[in-house]
Amino acid sequence: MNSIQKLFQQKDKNLLSIYFTCGYPKLEDTTKVIAALEKSNVDFIEVGLPYSDPLADGPTIQDSSHKALENGINLDIIFNQLMTIKETNKTPLVLMGYLNQMLKYGEDRFCQKVVDCGIDTVILPDLPMVEFENHYKALFDKYGLTNVFLITPHTSEERIRKIDSYSKAFIYVVASASITGAKGDISNQQVVYFERIKNMNLQSKLIIGFGISDKQTFTTACKYANGTIIGSAFIKNLGENGIDKIDDFIKPIIS
Amino acid sequence: MKSKFHPDENGYFGQYGGAFIPELLYPNVKELADNYVQIIESEEFQKEYKSLLKEYVGRPTPLYLAKRLSEKYGAHIYLKREDLCHTGAHKVNNTVGQILIAQKLGKTKIIAETGAGQHGVATATVCALMGLDCTIFMGEKDIVRQAPNVARMKMLGAKVVPAISGSKTLKDATNEAIRYWIQHPETFYLIGSVVGPAPHPDMVARLQAIISEEMKWQLKEKTGKENPDTIIACVGGGSNAAGAFYHYLDDEDVELIAVEAAGLGVDSGESAATSQLGQVGIIHGSKTILMQDEYGQIVEPYSISAGLDYPGVGPLHAFLYETKRAKYMNATDQEALDAAFELTKIEGIIPALETAHALAVLSKIKFRKDQVVVVNLSGRGDKDLETYINHLKE
Ligand SMILES: Cc1ncc(COP(=O)(O)O)c(C=O)c1O
Repeated sequence: MNSIQKLFQQKDKNLLSIYFTCGYPKLEDTTKVIAALEKSNVDFIEVGLPYSDPLADGPTIQDSSHKALENGINLDIIFNQLMTIKETNKTPLVLMGYLNQMLKYGEDRFCQKVVDCGIDTVILPDLPMVEFENHYKALFDKYGLTNVFLITPHTSEERIRKIDSYSKAFIYVVASASITGAKGDISNQQVVYFERIKNMNLQSKLIIGFGISDKQTFTTACKYANGTIIGSAFIKNLGENGIDKIDDFIKPIIS
Repeated sequence: MKSKFHPDENGYFGQYGGAFIPELLYPNVKELADNYVQIIESEEFQKEYKSLLKEYVGRPTPLYLAKRLSEKYGAHIYLKREDLCHTGAHKVNNTVGQILIAQKLGKTKIIAETGAGQHGVATATVCALMGLDCTIFMGEKDIVRQAPNVARMKMLGAKVVPAISGSKTLKDATNEAIRYWIQHPETFYLIGSVVGPAPHPDMVARLQAIISEEMKWQLKEKTGKENPDTIIACVGGGSNAAGAFYHYLDDEDVELIAVEAAGLGVDSGESAATSQLGQVGIIHGSKTILMQDEYGQIVEPYSISAGLDYPGVGPLHAFLYETKRAKYMNATDQEALDAAFELTKIEGIIPALETAHALAVLSKIKFRKDQVVVVNLSGRGDKDLETYINHLKE
């Protein structure tokens, strides 16, 4: 069973996942951020692989990625960092990056490293379903990896049903037609969309992300899904207040 | 028989192409993929497109035998005068076609990226013509080095949004255009070259194919034969080259030469010669040849020419390079400048800096006396006058 499926067996309401960028604010902060998030009882963690041209990301994550790359982060360093906490870290990790990073590293080599680090779930926002069907499904199956698909307000019902049939960890419900970044309140239009997805009675668990930023948006989104992902708002806080203040950011959201 | 140079049903030219896009763009790209061939091949579209090309753009563009240039290089050198198109470059062939497609799909808001500003101007122009809302993304660095085109876009009523990330050039303008498109899926992304997710590369190639369509009958008139021996064109994303090559791709006796920007030299670390410096990778939704480091991070390119300053090439070009159907050469900043001055002095034509790269390889090729060579003169140099004037002073 996949690590995220196991997690859902223990808890399937009000899950909080945090996205962070490896090597940010400092090169060696990757494992420190994970440790702090674990201590704050975050349910699972999205480990962001900094990319030079992240098309699905807004200014905050572009900026943290840029800084991390300037710090000298790269995939080999990230895999080494993750290896050092493999035995101690108990919070499930999900790797999030762009397809070209895997392609250039070597698809098999990349998958093997991910598995070696004790990670079994990946999110690649620019991996389209047709490529998954034609090639990547077999690759991921070979390594026991699970791919998370994203759906949006514009994804058709037929396509959502198909994605549901391919999903083993969860479906990533993109909260609005948007790139990553904090947006403020959740609109009525978004609620209508969340309800529509919820009422489809999919077999997959649903996690809402993009634009979730605080207690209020977390609580609202959790009414329509099993949990949410916070990214940009967390990174902004991390950049401004540092690792020591991670708990101050998380606690008000989940308490 | 279907040409091997046409994409398959998933938009692949060999191993290159595809549509590597975030899910949010899927409905837009699918809508276009399902409709573009049918629209382009429809009688109604062809009538409107051809009529606009004739009456508004000023086509056919002349195929001019450059006598003094021919004498100098010992061949019959023809210039396909895309510089005489309305707005000063081949880019308008594509924007006229895409604006008609956008209208057929009921889109009223247009976005585009631009490097040299030629595509931005050509887009702003057709938007003015059709009364459509127009937003152009342009790298901050390019806004400075192509100032006349920025002024033209604004006068034409377009909103020009500076791209301030990365190298602040064409790649970053394209990133920003795609990010905006994700957030405004009701807009039509009028892409400027044979790049981007399928079907954009094929759609743009079909719309630029008018260049080689005309070349065929013009050459027949002038030389008695439809086929030249050699076609030379510069490559940024590769649209003017794709258009100049298009109807000759299956005629293997026609030599195709694509010229990339070497910047300060291919191995100088300041270059945009993608085929020489790149490996298989994904950029702007397409699998192609890409300048990147060992971890797949995109390397910032460099060229004096904003229109060639791009770390990838369209997937068709990656395929032409891999299959050796076309030969990929390159020219440095200095070689391009020298070629621009040469053409100006001996033929009285000031070419765009991009185009000057194509002209620069004439001195590197050994021609037969009777060799028929067509150089695609993709654009005129008005926008580059400041660079040229600075160069004159040196
Ligand atoms: C005059 C001219 N030629 C060539 C190019 C390069 O584009 P492409 O390779 O798509 O023809 C540009 C792009 O701005 C241009 O303005």
